[in-house]
Amino acid sequence: MMQDESEAGTGSVGPAEPVKFAMVHVALVAGAALALTPFLWLICATVKRGDDLFTYAFLPWGNLGRLTLANFQALFKQQPFAVWMLNSLFLAAAQTVLVVTLSSLGGFALAKYQFRGKKLVMLLMLGTMLLPGQVLLTGGYELMYKFGWINSYASILVPGAVSVFGMFLFRQAMQGVPDELLAAGRVDGCSELRLWWEVALPIVRPMIGAFTLMSFLASWNSFLWPQIMLQDEIKYNLTMGLANMIQLPEYREEYGVLMAGTLLSITPVVILFFVLQKDFIAGLASGAVKG
Amino acid sequence: MSRDRLWNLQARLAPYLFVLPFVLLFVVFLLYPIWRSIVLSFYKSAGPRKEIYVGLGNYAFLLKDRLFWLAVANTAMFTLLSLLIQIPASLGLALILNNKRVKLRGVFRFAFFTTHVVGSVFLAVLFAMLLAPRAGLVNRALGLFVGHPVEVNWLGEPNLVMPALLLASLWVSVGFGMIYFLAALQAVEKELYEAAEVDGAGKWAQFRHVTLPGIKPVMIFIILIGTIGGFQLFELPYVLFQGGAGPKQRGLTIVMYLYQHGFESGNLGYAAAIGWVLLLLILAVAIVQVRTMRATQEA
Repeated sequence: MMQDESEAGTGSVGPAEPVKFAMVHVALVAGAALALTPFLWLICATVKRGDDLFTYAFLPWGNLGRLTLANFQALFKQQPFAVWMLNSLFLAAAQTVLVVTLSSLGGFALAKYQFRGKKLVMLLMLGTMLLPGQVLLTGGYELMYKFGWINSYASILVPGAVSVFGMFLFRQAMQGVPDELLAAGRVDGCSELRLWWEVALPIVRPMIGAFTLMSFLASWNSFLWPQIMLQDEIKYNLTMGLANMIQLPEYREEYGVLMAGTLLSITPVVILFFVLQKDFIAGLASGAVKG
Repeated sequence: MSRDRLWNLQARLAPYLFVLPFVLLFVVFLLYPIWRSIVLSFYKSAGPRKEIYVGLGNYAFLLKDRLFWLAVANTAMFTLLSLLIQIPASLGLALILNNKRVKLRGVFRFAFFTTHVVGSVFLAVLFAMLLAPRAGLVNRALGLFVGHPVEVNWLGEPNLVMPALLLASLWVSVGFGMIYFLAALQAVEKELYEAAEVDGAGKWAQFRHVTLPGIKPVMIFIILIGTIGGFQLFELPYVLFQGGAGPKQRGLTIVMYLYQHGFESGNLGYAAAIGWVLLLLILAVAIVQVRTMRATQEA
């Protein structure tokens, strides 16, 4: 909706103000440059030799033969970086499937059914909604210790399968599913589970896209909880791997290797964002404007 | 049991079965840890097994702990400054992009918002390099500006810790705020502007009396989210200063202090107390903010 050019609101640039019109575009281009230049610099830094980093701001123009893939080779040779990537990918994918499934199922029940205890569930959710996750760290650590889940992915995936925020999002979205449609499905012999899968979920597809991206990003970028839980280097995710590398003395001057790691860490989520951005922005915005 | 009765049973039980996984996980992995964090905060501990009851001792010690108050001051200053810069910048961009005569709005919106996908750890590594004294882009740009090479030691100078943190975090948060303001601006009814224009209101008066009240809920939302997020600052300074708090501990934040006590020194009890004081601080600030915002509406 926001991309629809005819949908635009009012603004301060009128047709009789070409100078102002130009200035606005200059400001926008400058702002976009500020936002995008670090990405560009990052990409250039990954393919430069160590000494060229200090000589050229971006690329060694006129001497492009000096470009090298040595930083990437060093990264994969010196560190189990490929394993970290796979770990991050597995954790984020598994986490997302779990949390989207459970939140949409629970949200469906809260939106479309009357049942005993519903008020209590809603009340508990509201009560913990704004709780900063850090108050859970100590009690959570103790619990994981008792379960024997320290240094295991269960400590990340199982507690991460609940999202109060996700429940609210899906409850709100699924209130828009027409009751007549559900009733018709029942007459046709659909089980309640099939109604969720075949009637409710397709209707809230944009919300699924938005919440999928939010969950994937949250898991991909998470650091503090995995850092507390995981001990073996071979189990690290990308945030832990890079946060550890930057502390090692051998990388103090090896910017190229660290930048190669950073580039490979953010590229997957930038691509995912590009694919899902419309849903994501619409989902983000609808929550705030309506709420 | 007949088929019909089985069918009725699945229809009746369905909502309970649908919320059951959530409720179970919620109780075990949210409510129980919350309860244990409260209990733990009354104990002094060394690792998860050795615990000594100290009553309110942890809280009493926190009140006198100068390092803790340094962390509170750093965190609060970061939150305040980042909101003061983020809100006008985000709103300004949103106002510009809300004009249909502006070219390539979708492209600009994407450009400003993409930074949002860069997580705090990756952001910190990236800015550690961007801010590097000799090879970093920031000093190069400054050098172009002043006409001679500069070597500002962004991450080594105590007074530059806050600017470095703000620079990195604003790179992400300005585009994020812009998306919300843009959605809010598009929801303001156009008739209101037309009515204001008929009444002879100029652009500034329209902004003050139509736009600002119209986007107020989103403004409150951005301030609250920014406050909660700001008070939870951890990864950015932790990674930027290579696992430490930066020169003269100027990058020490509340959550970093919690992490150091709970998971570097193993005193879960003291860390739990820090967590609850953090919650109280956030609540207090949020309540004051919401009250003030409500009051300005009536004025």
